[in-house]
Amino acid sequence: MSNPITKYLPFFTDAEVPHTVSARPDTGLYSAKLGIWLFLASEVMLFGGLFSAYIFLRLGAEPGYWPSGLLNVPVGTMNTAILIVSSITVVMAWAALKMRELGKYKLYMLVTIVCGLIFLTVKLSYEWPAKFNHFGVFIKKDAAAKYEEFLGNKHLEEAGQSPRWEISGHLLDAPKGSSYKHQAEHNAEHFAHETGRHDAVTPAEDDYVIQLDAVNANPSDKENDRPHFWPVPMSTKLAVIHASDVESASVFAPRHSTYFATYFLITGLHGLHVLGGILVFLYLWLPFRGGTKLYKTNPEHLANRVEIAGLFWHFVDLVWIFVFPIFYLL
Amino acid sequence: MSASHSHSPTPNGGSHESDGHGHDQAAEAAHIAAHLGAYVKVGVALLVLTGVTVGLSYVDFGSRSMNIIVGMIVATIKASLVAAIFMHLKGEKMTIWRFLIMTAIFAIGLFFLTLLAHSDPISGTSYSTH
Repeated sequence: MSNPITKYLPFFTDAEVPHTVSARPDTGLYSAKLGIWLFLASEVMLFGGLFSAYIFLRLGAEPGYWPSGLLNVPVGTMNTAILIVSSITVVMAWAALKMRELGKYKLYMLVTIVCGLIFLTVKLSYEWPAKFNHFGVFIKKDAAAKYEEFLGNKHLEEAGQSPRWEISGHLLDAPKGSSYKHQAEHNAEHFAHETGRHDAVTPAEDDYVIQLDAVNANPSDKENDRPHFWPVPMSTKLAVIHASDVESASVFAPRHSTYFATYFLITGLHGLHVLGGILVFLYLWLPFRGGTKLYKTNPEHLANRVEIAGLFWHFVDLVWIFVFPIFYLL
Repeated sequence: MSASHSHSPTPNGGSHESDGHGHDQAAEAAHIAAHLGAYVKVGVALLVLTGVTVGLSYVDFGSRSMNIIVGMIVATIKASLVAAIFMHLKGEKMTIWRFLIMTAIFAIGLFFLTLLAHSDPISGTSYSTH
């Protein structure tokens, strides 16, 4: 029985690995258990470094430069719940194998894989793209008075809150030569279609025209000071901002701010972990030699593999438990 | 709880390891069956605590910092539940605990270094806009 993989890639050995099931006398553990925990320890340091970068940048942010309430809380809450459900099902899948119930194992594992796929799909097809079509313009501080009707800093000062320097919404017109010209044209068409108005594109070549978020359309409204659970719909009010008054202008991408830089880095790395977990689960769920086929010859070995993959999955869930509040809520 | 308390008579593997059809396996299966309810309960607790985290973030605790502290306390409770029950750390072998204690010490050191850098920035540099 010559295996082409091990024949040409000796790294994948056919040799029997000791202690896949029995405990090593010196550690009291089967070897993979020790291995995954060493790996998870290194993962703690990896994510720890990124979280400490988050703390550093947030502590150092000038008043008004650390945004809040930009992410969709109901969607984030739903995704959190989906990850928790998948954590329950993966531990149930392991327990089913330990009780030698292959059918239940396959079902629980399938639910786990589907949950992981839903999580990634929501992130990649909804949450991230929505940000990439949202535009923010930071106003120079000495020009802020000109845009008081959109910033509402007098009101914020009276309420004892941090000032606001950003005007955000959908970009409808960009200065000549801006790399966002294409996005602006697309949004302007959409805006004209929705509202029947064609005043979004100005003849001036050095203006940004923005369809405002509610908070900029009505910045003195106390309602807008509070964070909202349900996203507040965008207004149809427009703001025209002269390019020379702009400190920086960008879509909600990593270059927008340290907030979005850390958001995309940490959720991106987390998403890669979810993807890795799904691939391993698929391998253990399909009839591969190391997957469900292993059940026939050594069910305990398969159960241990599922436990190891599950430990990784729980860690990914554990990271999300911290990611969710620090980016979505606080 | 862990799969590792069966002492194989041939500790150095190589040949055939136990495929777990013996007495041990039956006892372990019964043990795990008794725990299934606990897994579901912990899962439900985690879902409820997620709701609590969201709800508390809209309560004014006086300052943003207080809200962050409250949020982090709830998150730590959730993380502990995941680690203790789902990851079987409750009742896990001392070998693993030793690794994790060292990891915790180094991770705390990492966060401490960050705070040092924040409290004593290099003069002439600025990271403080956006």
